[in-house]
Amino acid sequence: MSVETVRVSPGFEQYLPQEYYDLVKDSQFTSPRKVSEMGSFKELIEEHPMCAGCAMTLFIRTMYVALPNPENTIFVGTAGCGRLVLSQGAVPFIYGNYGDTNAVASGLKRGLGIRFEDKPKDVIVAAGDGGLADIGFSMVMHSWFRKEKFTTVMLDNEVYGNTGGQESGMTQKGMVLKMAPNGKKFEKMDMMGLAKTAGVAYIVRVVPTNPNRVAAAIQKAVLIAREVGPTFVQAYTSCNIEYAIPTPKVMDDAKEVENARYQFQEYFSDDAKAYWDNLVAEKRKIKGDAPAASE
Amino acid sequence: MAEGLEEEVKTNPQGDVISAVAAPPKAESKKGAAAQRVVDPDYLILEAPRKKTFITGSEAAKEAVRRSNVDIAISYPITPQSETMQQVGYLYAEGYLKDYYRAEEEYGTFSAIAGASRSGVRCLTATAGPGLMRGIEAIASWPGARTPAMLLVMCRVINTPLAIQPDNIEISYLLNTGLIVLHAENQQDFYDYPIIGYMVGEKPEVTLPVAVAVDGFFVTHARGWVRLPADDIKLPPRACYHEAVPMMDNENPPIRISRDAPIQKSNFISYQMHASWQQETWAAAERSRKWLKRWLGGLIEVVNPNAKTMIVASGAAVSQSREAVRQATEQGGDVGLIKVKSLRPFPHQELIEALDHAEKIVIPEFNYPGWLAKEVRNVVPRTERIISGPRVFGGMSMPTELLLEYVLGDKKH
Repeated sequence: MSVETVRVSPGFEQYLPQEYYDLVKDSQFTSPRKVSEMGSFKELIEEHPMCAGCAMTLFIRTMYVALPNPENTIFVGTAGCGRLVLSQGAVPFIYGNYGDTNAVASGLKRGLGIRFEDKPKDVIVAAGDGGLADIGFSMVMHSWFRKEKFTTVMLDNEVYGNTGGQESGMTQKGMVLKMAPNGKKFEKMDMMGLAKTAGVAYIVRVVPTNPNRVAAAIQKAVLIAREVGPTFVQAYTSCNIEYAIPTPKVMDDAKEVENARYQFQEYFSDDAKAYWDNLVAEKRKIKGDAPAASE
Repeated sequence: MAEGLEEEVKTNPQGDVISAVAAPPKAESKKGAAAQRVVDPDYLILEAPRKKTFITGSEAAKEAVRRSNVDIAISYPITPQSETMQQVGYLYAEGYLKDYYRAEEEYGTFSAIAGASRSGVRCLTATAGPGLMRGIEAIASWPGARTPAMLLVMCRVINTPLAIQPDNIEISYLLNTGLIVLHAENQQDFYDYPIIGYMVGEKPEVTLPVAVAVDGFFVTHARGWVRLPADDIKLPPRACYHEAVPMMDNENPPIRISRDAPIQKSNFISYQMHASWQQETWAAAERSRKWLKRWLGGLIEVVNPNAKTMIVASGAAVSQSREAVRQATEQGGDVGLIKVKSLRPFPHQELIEALDHAEKIVIPEFNYPGWLAKEVRNVVPRTERIISGPRVFGGMSMPTELLLEYVLGDKKH
């Protein structure tokens, strides 16, 4: 959708909500923005009901900034905490039944492909570890086997946060949580490995300690999904409530976890690498100077 | 292929060639789809000249899909609907559909339909018995989301125990979902009802998914007379911008759409929103009545309208009942029949009027709980007239002799 579609008729500016007016006047809809510019422009997310110290919220806020084409992006979410933010963003959002994200996204992306053959529509699934690795597992894996062209972002807080803190498949072994009174009995699921086995084109593991890196990962994931194949972003987005992390310590925890077991990892399939290298080279040719900060 | 060598062509029991090499679609077979022209729905449904053919229910559904201008079909095998969706696969290969894939199981299938419908394309899927049960959360969520789509339901036993034979207990689970539910009697209906269903479900004042149910095997795998119009005409495409809700395609202002009651924002608002949303969804089904009447020729059909004993039936039970009426009349009996075509919306007014004079009302069904009898008892006065039977289930046939015992004789249970 072009921002022209939502352009304000002259003389009516004063009657619109300020946030709507700001979005139309000077936001990512009018020009792409960098992470370093956050705070200086109207962001796609205005307000949200998340807990103080929720790392997921920082991650999602960064993800919005990184969208290559927010005017032609649709988020697909499901039950969990992420949807509490995503439903407030200035990007269309679909919420179905728990765990159905990757099936919904498959149908949505194909339908959009039928109706808009020449106009890329970016479909992004953003959901939690419970929604993607447990209840949605079959739909996630099969959308990957079928090579559906959309991005899956896992907001991994290693727990079912929204329902009060139950263990999930992505919880670490031994962790004592609700429904695991004696500690989780089995290992954290290796979704990165499963994505690789399923033939996902671009896979990345990030922690929001480095917003630039998060933005770069999202950009790559969305752009590669347009042309090459499914992409997967696994982000450690802690739940400070269920893991009892004091709010001022949330970023320290993120750093510790990153160093211990959640290091940045990036995998390109051969096709994805070729595509990305070509894209970067073309951008450099056009710009004629150094690559942008979000690369 | 080496010259001079006769290669044995392997085929499966249905006669399809088995090959690991995908055969490129012949130019010949693509001509059909390319040659189709869009016609007015009234023309296709009511006016176009038709030729008689003798085909199975599965083939009849295929012929409906061929003329329905379907964009995407998503399939998953389960007896007895696999044949139809396989046939739809061939239609896709021949260019009658723009996209088609086999999903991993029914919940994934129906959730993908939800996504595709939101994008604005015309969708098709099918299921039966256990498949319906597996994906019913997704199906039950379609009406509230106002996602038009076509669901063909080829009824079969629901476990436990397992059987693949016809039993339509599954329809009872559909009745409270909010979908429009039509019950096809025979192969002819199974051709006509999906086409009508698409047009009704996509009306702006309706904007609902439609289920066309049929009793499996009796109809799907048996041949019957089906009058078909020419295959070079098709329905108009889905006019997705002429519906009750906006499409999720980034082409509609406002910028942000989140098409569900804002429970995301506040539980406090959500109760009222949810209540009014539900009322609106059920009201939308009510608004389909006039279109169903127009294209189905009424929500019911009445045979021998003045008879003192009236059979009320739907689906394959109607075929059995027609035969019972014929035999009963031969034997001097005064028996009529009401065929219920639409289960949701339910033709309560039509039934009250058509049964006003009746002294005995017999309701034969192919399921144990007797969901149709419950529906009729719920709306028709003087329920002491009603006999909730005969009922057969588990896939058993209903012999006409059994019906006659109720209709001519004194059998009540």
